[in-house]
Amino acid sequence: MTSVEHNLQTPELAPARPVLDQDWRRIARFGAIGALALIFISLTDMPDKLDGRMIVEPLLSMGYFSLLWVPFLFGNLVTREVVLEGMVAHRKGVRELLAGALVGLLSSLGLVVLIYLLDTRDLSEPLVNWNSDLHTVLTFGEGNGYGMGFWIAVCVGLGLLGGLFHLLPRLVVQPLKAASIVVLGAVVLESALNDLSEGFGLESLFESLFKKGSDRGGLSVTGALVLAAFGFAWVFVLNAQVAKGKQVFQQAKERNRSATMTVSSVVGVALVLILPMYLGRLTNDLLVNVGLFLLLALGLNIVVGLAGILDLGYVAFFAVGGYTAAILTSPSSPGFSPELSWSVAIIAVVGMAILAGLFIGAPVIRMRGDYLAIVTLGFGEIIRLTVRSDWASGVTGGAQGILNIPNADVFGLFSFKGTDPQQMLYLVAAFCALAIYVSWRLENSRIGRAWMAVREDESVAEAMGINTVNAKLQAFVVGAILASFSGAIFAAKVGSVFEISFKILISIVILVVVIVGGMGRIAGVIAGALVLIGILGGPNQPGLLSEFSEFKLLIYGALLVWMMLQRPEGLIPNVRRSRELHQDEFLQDAWLRKQVDEDEAGGEGEVAPA
Amino acid sequence: MTSAMRHKAAPRTGVDWFLFFLRGLLLGLVTVGLGAFVLQQIDPANPVTEWLNPGASRLSWDAAQGLIVSGLSQGAMYGLIALGYSMVYGVLGFINFAHGEVFMVGAMTGMITANKLDHGGLWESNFVLAILIAVAVSVVCSTLTAVVMERVAYRPLRGAPRLIPLITSIGVSFFIQNTSAVLLGPGAKNYPRLPEGLSDRIGIGPLEIEGKKLLVLVVAAASMSALWYLVERTKTGKAMRAVAEDKEIASLMGIDVDRTIVTTFAVGGAMAGVAGILWGILFGSVTEFTGFLPGIKAFSAAVVGGIGNLGGAMAGGLTLGSSESLAPQLILEPLGVTGHTQLKDAVAFLVLIFVLLVRPTGLFGERLSSEDRT
Repeated sequence: MTSVEHNLQTPELAPARPVLDQDWRRIARFGAIGALALIFISLTDMPDKLDGRMIVEPLLSMGYFSLLWVPFLFGNLVTREVVLEGMVAHRKGVRELLAGALVGLLSSLGLVVLIYLLDTRDLSEPLVNWNSDLHTVLTFGEGNGYGMGFWIAVCVGLGLLGGLFHLLPRLVVQPLKAASIVVLGAVVLESALNDLSEGFGLESLFESLFKKGSDRGGLSVTGALVLAAFGFAWVFVLNAQVAKGKQVFQQAKERNRSATMTVSSVVGVALVLILPMYLGRLTNDLLVNVGLFLLLALGLNIVVGLAGILDLGYVAFFAVGGYTAAILTSPSSPGFSPELSWSVAIIAVVGMAILAGLFIGAPVIRMRGDYLAIVTLGFGEIIRLTVRSDWASGVTGGAQGILNIPNADVFGLFSFKGTDPQQMLYLVAAFCALAIYVSWRLENSRIGRAWMAVREDESVAEAMGINTVNAKLQAFVVGAILASFSGAIFAAKVGSVFEISFKILISIVILVVVIVGGMGRIAGVIAGALVLIGILGGPNQPGLLSEFSEFKLLIYGALLVWMMLQRPEGLIPNVRRSRELHQDEFLQDAWLRKQVDEDEAGGEGEVAPA
Repeated sequence: MTSAMRHKAAPRTGVDWFLFFLRGLLLGLVTVGLGAFVLQQIDPANPVTEWLNPGASRLSWDAAQGLIVSGLSQGAMYGLIALGYSMVYGVLGFINFAHGEVFMVGAMTGMITANKLDHGGLWESNFVLAILIAVAVSVVCSTLTAVVMERVAYRPLRGAPRLIPLITSIGVSFFIQNTSAVLLGPGAKNYPRLPEGLSDRIGIGPLEIEGKKLLVLVVAAASMSALWYLVERTKTGKAMRAVAEDKEIASLMGIDVDRTIVTTFAVGGAMAGVAGILWGILFGSVTEFTGFLPGIKAFSAAVVGGIGNLGGAMAGGLTLGSSESLAPQLILEPLGVTGHTQLKDAVAFLVLIFVLLVRPTGLFGERLSSEDRT
């Protein structure tokens, strides 16, 4: 038996590495970053503001959770060992625990210093959150000594726990992870679950899990335990079942591709048709926002994800759609007011979007990628500033905007009331379905392949006979049309348009959605929109975690940086794109694999470095 | 094959004709606007002006020099910010979108220091010392921001595809903006009142300059010459130029490339810090979004002057500043555009688009590293 095969069965461990100077430096660095992170989070006032939302009713609130994850994560990361393919991991032991505890101790010092300073100094002049409320939250109102002792003990404990995670076998870690995901997921989805349970008449189930009559929400202790047990069960029992089901589905898919596709899309459509009836007003409204952003994100996905054009002024097309629909349908639009029905206006919207796509696209497509980004951003601002100015106010209403936009009326057959989220959800869902279908068909078409070729290497694509200029323009135009649909629906939903709804901020949020979800992959974009817009909320729209509204843009920024550094391919990556981004690793893996094969063929049975 | 050769070889497509038309349109607009302005200056009652812009009056020299001076002082500020964009683009080949935020951090910390000094009374009693302290603090903070940013967000991305660091920098910019909003509270915050003497007008040749604008011009000129000395006359500057030219060869010559890149970020950050204080002197208040528009305008200035070219960045800043201050009055108003001052920012972007369409390498030529030039 070669050691390669042996590796696959039970991981062989090298003896523990001796403790080196660099380990101490690493601990010091992680501890310092942890301390700074704790101080930063405290000063953003997250612990105080998020204290109003509980995770488990009397025990833990989101406010304290926003601090507690730090020592745990850093205690875990400090001893994380990257095991390359063909290398052997070191044996874990007390040093992992000690390192974790030390990191926890060091990071707790950040809070200790902060508590002391909060008590003795007044820095409220520049720092708005520097007040006694924060001090009370950090010390539980029990005095400095109690607070400091508490944080030192808890941080050391959590750091230790983080280190402990390296020692536990997979069989324990996996269920623990699943249990915490289930519990946190339930807490995050609390209001949606509440809505759903009311719709289906399952209030008793909801009330048995969540604390009754608590204005801060949160699971009851028993509820949390039940959910955690469910998470455990998921790993031990259901995981295997799900994997089996997946396999069956895969096989069926291979055998009869079109039939399974039909079945799954029918199921999807049925779900979208039925679900809105059982959801409450709030959840429906939330899903409408998700749908609007999904439509935008799908369009941007074609431009950025498939054709590789970083369009930062994408919001311009959203504005074009919104304003065109508003001007054509509203009776009170200044200057020009034909009062068309929404379905007729949408045709004009498509026309305007094509024109805008060509007009903005043509000057920029020959530019270098980064110049293009700035110039499209400039176009986005130019359009917004023009719409706002007195000069154009004869048509666009200037800063007063356009009011009284009627309901979305489709050829006199249906009328979707803007104020009724349930009706709007059907409208948005229909357009999203259209956009998904179009993206899916385009991705696998001749033009989709041309886009990907342009994204990967423009000169090579040109040499292969692709008209790169036309391909890029087409991407621009398709993206513009999808965004303008979203704008037209937005206008009908809100009943008014103002230039402030079309700030550059929106472009950036859509970009975050596309990138976090997974550039170039439809499922990724859908996941991104659901997770980010649904949970955190859009720039002006609240999400499920409405307490986070003050912090969501901060989180968006941090998330964008973190994704780019750690996982540029997104949550649900596009295979080809992720290969492009990790080319070095792929080459290295391929090289190692080849070596292993050669070694095996030679019968030596030794993996190169051990 | 250079792009010029390719253009000659390829037949004209629809896009080319469109671009040709667009260039013509923009040029025509500028010419017609200027022509109408000249006619309006000669006699506001001539038929063309009556038709285009009824009720027009001559632009007085007093108003005109006000526009020129404020255009130049703002332009000098843009130029200082543009240096950071230009240097980083020259060295790393990507737009550091978050540089505008470095400028904002400078303006913010300057505001905090100035207010503290105002409380202590130093701002009133010894303005020169107080402003020097404020400049020092904001330069230190901006430099630190830029250096930390490079270390955390950009260094791990060396060698990544071009768009990745750009997207990262958008995230960094977003993060810094919102950090400021959350830590310091959203909304505008005011600088303390400037001493009386600074709003007096001082006559220099034909121009009468407000004291604070003169101060801005002087500080900008001083920082620019200090930077010029650093880049052209010191060993560090030589290393920076070498790294901008070719990173690999520079490292073979014994230059620590990473350290030089950090220095580049630090110098750019320091310039942005100075610009931040100048913003405070000019406008008197700062918000968390202060960095956004000036940042993009400064990048436009860097492109207008030719990216990677330091003198060009300053000249581009002055060009952009004065055109954004003059163009609404000189071109848009004679054409009968109402509320032309609202379109000031749009003019800045139009200048960028115009320059990129007509002369993509900028007015004074770009200086890029060997791998970015292709």
